[in-house]
Amino acid sequence: MTGRDGSDSRDTAFNDAELDRRLASVWSTPPGLWGILSTVDHKIIGRRYITTAFVFLALGGFLSLLMRLQLAQPEARFIGPDRYNQIFTMHGTNMMFLFAVPVMQAMAVYLVPLMVGTRNIAFPRLNAFSYWIYLAGGLLLWLAFVLDAGPDIGWFAYVPLSGPQYAAGKRADIWAQMITFTEVSALAVAVEIVVTVFKQRAPGMSLDRIPLFVWSMLVTSFLVILAMPAIVIASTSLILDRLVETHFFNPAEGGDVLLWQHLFWFFGHPEVYIIFLPAVGMVSSIVATFTRRPVFGYLAMVMAIIATGVLAFGLWVHHMFVAGLPRLGQSFFTASSMAIAVPAGLQIFCWLATMWAGRPIFKTPFLFVIGFVVTFVIGGLTGVMVASVPFDTQVHDTYFVVAHFHYVLIGGAVFPLLGAAYYWFPKLTGRMMSETLGRWVFGLIFAGFNLTFFPMHILGLRGMPRRIYTYQPEMPWSALNMFISLSAIILALGFLLFFVDAIRSARSGAAAPSNPWGASTLEWATSSPPPPYNFARLPVVGSLEPLSDHSDDLPVAAGLRVDRRELLVSSVVEAIPEARESSSGDSIWPLWAALATSATLIWSIFTPWAVVWGSIPVAIALIGWFWPKGVPEDES
Amino acid sequence: MKEGTTLDLTDLPPHGLGTASVSWWGTLAFMLIEGTGFALSIVVYLYLMSLAQRWPLDAPPPDLLAGTTLTALLVASLVPNIVLARWARNQDLLKVRIGLIVMSLLGMAPLILRAFEFPAMHIKWDQNAYGSIVWVMLGLHTTHILTDLVETLVLTCLMFSRHGDNARRFGDVSDNTMYWNFVVATWLPMYACLYWVPRL
Repeated sequence: MTGRDGSDSRDTAFNDAELDRRLASVWSTPPGLWGILSTVDHKIIGRRYITTAFVFLALGGFLSLLMRLQLAQPEARFIGPDRYNQIFTMHGTNMMFLFAVPVMQAMAVYLVPLMVGTRNIAFPRLNAFSYWIYLAGGLLLWLAFVLDAGPDIGWFAYVPLSGPQYAAGKRADIWAQMITFTEVSALAVAVEIVVTVFKQRAPGMSLDRIPLFVWSMLVTSFLVILAMPAIVIASTSLILDRLVETHFFNPAEGGDVLLWQHLFWFFGHPEVYIIFLPAVGMVSSIVATFTRRPVFGYLAMVMAIIATGVLAFGLWVHHMFVAGLPRLGQSFFTASSMAIAVPAGLQIFCWLATMWAGRPIFKTPFLFVIGFVVTFVIGGLTGVMVASVPFDTQVHDTYFVVAHFHYVLIGGAVFPLLGAAYYWFPKLTGRMMSETLGRWVFGLIFAGFNLTFFPMHILGLRGMPRRIYTYQPEMPWSALNMFISLSAIILALGFLLFFVDAIRSARSGAAAPSNPWGASTLEWATSSPPPPYNFARLPVVGSLEPLSDHSDDLPVAAGLRVDRRELLVSSVVEAIPEARESSSGDSIWPLWAALATSATLIWSIFTPWAVVWGSIPVAIALIGWFWPKGVPEDES
Repeated sequence: MKEGTTLDLTDLPPHGLGTASVSWWGTLAFMLIEGTGFALSIVVYLYLMSLAQRWPLDAPPPDLLAGTTLTALLVASLVPNIVLARWARNQDLLKVRIGLIVMSLLGMAPLILRAFEFPAMHIKWDQNAYGSIVWVMLGLHTTHILTDLVETLVLTCLMFSRHGDNARRFGDVSDNTMYWNFVVATWLPMYACLYWVPRL
């Protein structure tokens, strides 16, 4: 079946204004509730994803303030032990599964299609589905918490504590099923990113011209694809142990509790790099723009990103050094844990070399990068320390570890993310954030963070364990805890100011031009925010920095149809055009599919038959989703 | 910013086939996810076995008949499946319709045999950890046969509808045959693990 292929439906037939009008009529999301619920525009879904993730950040941050209030002085009565267990579990679970991973993927959902020069993400309906599933998982966890049924088993839910014997009720099931929601959504986005990067790059964007942020998201997506099945197997086995009396983790019947730890950390350690690698890409983008030169050692950076991704799978046992494993295993995992410092160090030196050789401009995004380098190096150094078994045995489960991973995660990922928020805000909203407030935000967060978390190293060395809801006045911990709690207020004020700045700027910030920072990657080649079709004519790429080479004359491709959503499929290595391909239009079916899936998953906490009966509406929704509707996008 | 046209895309095909199709790559990515899941289930099996004094726990090794017949049937189904893939590539509607009906039947037959495989294990999921992992592995693979069967049935209906004669649909059939190859390929190590490792 051939479509209406006459020249009257090709972009070559129109002048710029007419082309924009026609493209807008095909690609725009209709106004109103139906449009909101059925849109498949990666920019709208990306913004939605990012906003939701930041709401979860605020909620998780609020929980941490409650914990600091409780721990500010010994024997405080503000929160009881049961509620405290729920709060620290919620804090960790929320920050890892509902904030850190989704926000990084969300940035990619928005930015990757723009950076590779295409009109929408691959599998746009899957993208819509993934957001709804993520939202449902987040609501499940938080509604359960509000109803006093929040999980209380730590964010890693170790058995036997989370098993049928010690965790009566549904709290542990809520945790395990929330995992399913977030895994489904994360895996869906990972597939979309991989295929977008492999097959939808602008003509000429060969592998050695892919922006570093896109490389980092590609490797991250592969980490998601290879690591998340482990947690799916783990959480499913846990649910089965609890619901239908299987014995995976029951030593009395041939099961094993350490099996849980292996499966969890085989996912859990790569998870750290799933959060960190996108930050590497963000830092690289910001450094290149604000030093006015390409990042030093592009090839070395790409190799370091890939090496980090590979090594990430060889470290998981270092979370289990005190679990009584064979000594040979311990030595191997100490070596591999230290080895991953090599690519991380390489990245740091490449950025330092770039700054050294460039002309740094100290705007807010760049300040966060500097804060990142300092903080992440400290976190990396304590990481090398805890990679050593004797030291780890001493500080395991103390506040030293809490300090270490907050340095790595906040320093290594949240600082770059905040820098990225200031950097890409104009592209997301069409408005600039405030530079003055930005400096205050950076100052408060950087100072507040270090004042809050550095003393935790000392608390840990003084023996204060993690996850305790209070402590006795005789312990030498009171003064430092009070100091930490007061410092946390500074940190919280920094974040509060960030949110104020973001909301205020989104409403009334200065209008942003298409390329406010003078950057060189493709997302800045289109207006801020971009039109629904991203690019009126697809850019043609001839170098790593397409905008620097053609500051006033960007080469473009022509010949795409404008009477259907059409984009370009190109070859994996050289990005040579292979086909004009349609991109799915708006559809309500992903929402129905997400609702059916959510109902099935929640129901299955209570009875295994939910999977049988629930699969019927899920199947109906999926058939409705894929059944051809006779639209031009279906022509071939 | 001024723009200069340097590349003409007019003559490109309006739909990508094979490796030029995004859904081909998407199918591959989902196979990687599920393949990792299958591999991990085998790892869990071997891990539990390494801890046990004797294996299988409190059960004789599984009976070979049902599982081996199913394995032979799955391997044999590759022949019509590969033929169907070729017909889909040639966009031969009539033959593709026939092929899909055959593959639908070949998707149902293993489910019948699978019903005999569960009792052939001589253990229930709630008896011990051996029973648990055996049922989960069989269940995991059964889910894959079932999803592929539903997909094949829907595609069969589609190819008999007015939407059938479309390069996009032939691409879908082609991706579906690739997925069936994957379902068969993943079963072979599972079969070896479930039926022959306990006999080592």
